[in-house]
Amino acid sequence: MRITLQQAAFDPGQETAGFGQGRADVGAVVTFTGLVRDDSGKMQALDIEHYPGMTERAITAIAEQAISRWSLADCLVIHRYGHLAVGEPIMMVATAARHRADAFAAAEFLMDYLKSRAPFWKKEIGPDGESWVAAKDSDEVALTRW
Amino acid sequence: MVEVLYFAWVRERIGLARETVQTDAATVADLIEQLKARDPRYAAAFADVAALRVALDQDLADFAAPLAGVREIAFFPPMTGG
Repeated sequence: MRITLQQAAFDPGQETAGFGQGRADVGAVVTFTGLVRDDSGKMQALDIEHYPGMTERAITAIAEQAISRWSLADCLVIHRYGHLAVGEPIMMVATAARHRADAFAAAEFLMDYLKSRAPFWKKEIGPDGESWVAAKDSDEVALTRW
Repeated sequence: MVEVLYFAWVRERIGLARETVQTDAATVADLIEQLKARDPRYAAAFADVAALRVALDQDLADFAAPLAGVREIAFFPPMTGG
């Protein structure tokens, strides 16, 4: 398991090179990368604030749950904070399992929980000012399927 | 004495990221009432507690949770990670 919290940009390809490989018990690797999306067409950047200490603790707890529930051979979570430009990777998860169903389910579980249980807050920066991104009710509903 | 931390718009409304608070509040809800009574910035930040989340010693908790033994309390809006 690797959990990385960083300000710097990362290269998803480089981060997952060799992930889950070289062992006989892994038949499936799933990776997901989240990018900074601009729905308004006017966004200049995204600022991400987090709660140092709790963030690492919350992500570790979520990843440990995924590992035990889907018998993952490995699990990777990278999440950025600070000032991000549109189109840049914000975060990624990777899961390695014996079969693909477990790798996919674990990756979705990680994403659902990171969205509303890891202490990050996004603020959109645009030409007319700044605004905090509100949590969506659908994010909370997504947790009920697990 | 407890450390109280504020994040995102809660931090902006109060104008502080963290402070040490001397309190005899028994629960999170009691502490919120004490803070609201301090000045209008706190009253504004805590006006709608349904829009807030709280963590005690870095674990999510609810507003009825007791504060005995707690060292760090954080208030913030619903999280928007991922």
